[in-house]
Amino acid sequence: MNTSAAVITGLGAVSPLGLTSIEMFSALKAGRCGIGKITAFDPVGFNCKIAGQCPDFKVGQFLPKTYRKAAKLMSRDIALAVVAAYEAVANSGLVTKAIDPEKVNVDPARIGINLGAGLISCDLVELAPAVAQSITEGKFDIRKWGKVGLELVTPLWLLKYLPNMLACHIGIIHDIQGPSNTITCAEASALLAIAEACSFIQRGACDIVLAGGAEAKVNPIVMIRQCLTGRATTEGNDSPETACRPFDADAAGSVFGEAAGIITIENREHAEKRGAKIYAEIAGTGQSNSPNKAFEHIEPDGRGIAIAIENALKDADIKPEDLDLLIPHGTAIPADDLAEAKAIEKVLGDAINDVPVWPTKSMLSNTGAAGGALDVIAAAFAVTEGIIPASKNCVKKADGCNLNIVTGPIEKEIKYALCCSYTYGGQTAAVILKKMD
Amino acid sequence: MAERIVITGMGIVCPLGHDVETLWAAVMQGKSGMDYTTIFDASTFPSTFSAEVKNYNLSKFIENIELHKDCNRGCSFALGAAAQACRQAGIDIETDQPKDGIDRKRLGIYLGAGEGSVNNEVFFGCIVKAWDNEKNVMDWNKWAQVAFAGMSPAGELQQEPNMPAAHIALLTGAQGPVFSCLTACAASTQATGEAMMLIRNGKADIVVAGGAHSMIHPLGLTGFNRLTALSTRNDSPQTASRPFSATRDGFILGEGSAILILESLSSAEKRGVQILAEVIGFGSSSDAFRVTDMHETGRGAIKAMTDALEDAGLTYKDIDYINTHGTSTTENDSIETKAIKAVFKERAKHVPASSVKSMLGHLIGAAGAAELITCVLAIRDNIVPPTTNLNDPDPELDLDYVPNEPRKMAVNTVMNESFGFGGQNNVVIIKRYEE
Repeated sequence: MNTSAAVITGLGAVSPLGLTSIEMFSALKAGRCGIGKITAFDPVGFNCKIAGQCPDFKVGQFLPKTYRKAAKLMSRDIALAVVAAYEAVANSGLVTKAIDPEKVNVDPARIGINLGAGLISCDLVELAPAVAQSITEGKFDIRKWGKVGLELVTPLWLLKYLPNMLACHIGIIHDIQGPSNTITCAEASALLAIAEACSFIQRGACDIVLAGGAEAKVNPIVMIRQCLTGRATTEGNDSPETACRPFDADAAGSVFGEAAGIITIENREHAEKRGAKIYAEIAGTGQSNSPNKAFEHIEPDGRGIAIAIENALKDADIKPEDLDLLIPHGTAIPADDLAEAKAIEKVLGDAINDVPVWPTKSMLSNTGAAGGALDVIAAAFAVTEGIIPASKNCVKKADGCNLNIVTGPIEKEIKYALCCSYTYGGQTAAVILKKMD
Repeated sequence: MAERIVITGMGIVCPLGHDVETLWAAVMQGKSGMDYTTIFDASTFPSTFSAEVKNYNLSKFIENIELHKDCNRGCSFALGAAAQACRQAGIDIETDQPKDGIDRKRLGIYLGAGEGSVNNEVFFGCIVKAWDNEKNVMDWNKWAQVAFAGMSPAGELQQEPNMPAAHIALLTGAQGPVFSCLTACAASTQATGEAMMLIRNGKADIVVAGGAHSMIHPLGLTGFNRLTALSTRNDSPQTASRPFSATRDGFILGEGSAILILESLSSAEKRGVQILAEVIGFGSSSDAFRVTDMHETGRGAIKAMTDALEDAGLTYKDIDYINTHGTSTTENDSIETKAIKAVFKERAKHVPASSVKSMLGHLIGAAGAAELITCVLAIRDNIVPPTTNLNDPDPELDLDYVPNEPRKMAVNTVMNESFGFGGQNNVVIIKRYEE
């Protein structure tokens, strides 16, 4: 079964490069970098002190008046997703309850949602005062916590941290009563969610799906985790703009960030009937996995990435040489970049020299569960505008990387664009966009 | 004609046993999996008891323990359950050279799996050390110092919810699609339903599906206690889970993993493996109402049930037994009853609808798959599991909840319901396999 019935009719992104998808793509075209010194907390004790942080925003602006008090139940991950979803809906021309309750033009039962979400870290500043009341002789006392500390935790505390709450809040705001899922496959989440959203459309479970992902990684718990596992670069603290260097010989690790990317996927007939602007068709999807016994990396030959891309090509019924653009995962973690480069080379074969490869994390940072969605949005713009922006920070390709990394901007017709993702833990995914005839 | 999908293997690690037959015998006897919490000292929490997996030993199920030594509690259960399910289905595990004839590119994984617990001592210890009591702020420099010194890279990484799927990928060598979802208490029913869709869409021939979760940790218990979702019947853990009873006061936090092998009929026939049941319908919906409450009319539950029936090509007249979500919370049991009435109309009071959670507790992400296993066994043995502890019927709730004793009857087609926080509704329908 192919995915020809699913098209993209709306884009929404909150990223280190702006609060809208258009700002993001304009900044990418201008070669701007969204990575800077961490301001969300004082990173002085961390060996990585930089991140991709979004511009300031107030989530309340994106909430119907009747729902504004729910903002206090929204962790940063949820807030980012809510803002991106609002843009994706507004941009598609669909009128949901949140856009204008008087003019709703969609059937709530026929809209679904499928988002990638991360392991949402709790707000230590919120938790700490309760912990501070649960100390006996300088140590945390669980019995005191059960009696005293626990009572100091706000009653709905847990609901800020359940990964499915991104989709649930958005569902409530826009009145989405169709299928709803939350994919928690770390950095592969968004592309897996988008693939499954297409399956919702194909099987007729709904006509419209909001799909993508969101994650806020600029957090003292996540940053500890990424530093401890050695995935975060420690070498770019004084030069954030050049710190994240996918596929470059001097790559020294990833830079993490926060973002949300959400697209409106729609049944093609449904979209055409209402005269919607169609950015691209989702022509194929593929999944696999590349487990590594070390867990924080993928298999050294990136086999699962190759299988996911092969499956997506087969699903789209095209050959590797038909691709006009490939957006890789490219984290700038040298071992994983090499594995990915090998996998892409294996699939592309002779086309390796011709298919432009455009890594984006050098500018957008590694935004975890949001990453794949930001790439699909960038690809949708690239397909629509016929432009591939220049890549950044890949000055001299790493040994063993034979990818055709885009050096300067390219203007040409882009008929097929492929995005691929993988994650620690091994899950892999690929999505192919096709320009509309 | 779409490919038919069947179940060819099952495995479970849960409070009522570490294999399917032990669980089933316990359910037939109406045993309770609840007792006072031992994983950590919960004696001062509002709820002092839970449904723990006890005396679990992963090395009984797999050989290469070293490879999985850092995995979190739920993931360890998942490995045990997956090993059982794969053995039953004839899927070779722990080998680079499987001889089962299964193309690994056509073998997928779909779990509804939860996050791993933090290391409590380290995590809370770091907060204590980094909290500046005088200024009432976190000292991030101090936090970084103590966290870097105390936390372990593997321990941190293995908390990620995609890790159980990663471990099962290593166990089975699967190279097909691998997904992990987390839609609260509905996650593993969703995983099973979407796994069926992967096979129907031709993306895989076999999918290792199900769930794994353990939230019996201080922050999990704190979260659910603050939501007042848990029973606080601390004087009587074994009778605390009383779905549909007038005196129900919340669910009992449980843990475990349940895995089912879903397979295309053609693959199962080609391999000549035993077919345990057929999966025929899936419906998923959202309430779009409140993050805390179900919609009062049960509209989301109704839609999921209706969509599952439609997907299966059935009507409400075809269902023999409903395995309810039946959490033992005031709200769920009442709204679920309403939804069943709306869907089953004149048959509502005549279709047995029981809750296994009365015995098993609530396995959260793993709940739906564990309960689906009991549905398969209900069909196999033509017997419906009871709702135990149902001695004070709620006058408002008047369905046939199969009180206290299992019931021998013809069971051919079963609906399994799961509803999660935030209004996540997932329903799967299975039936007796017939050629």
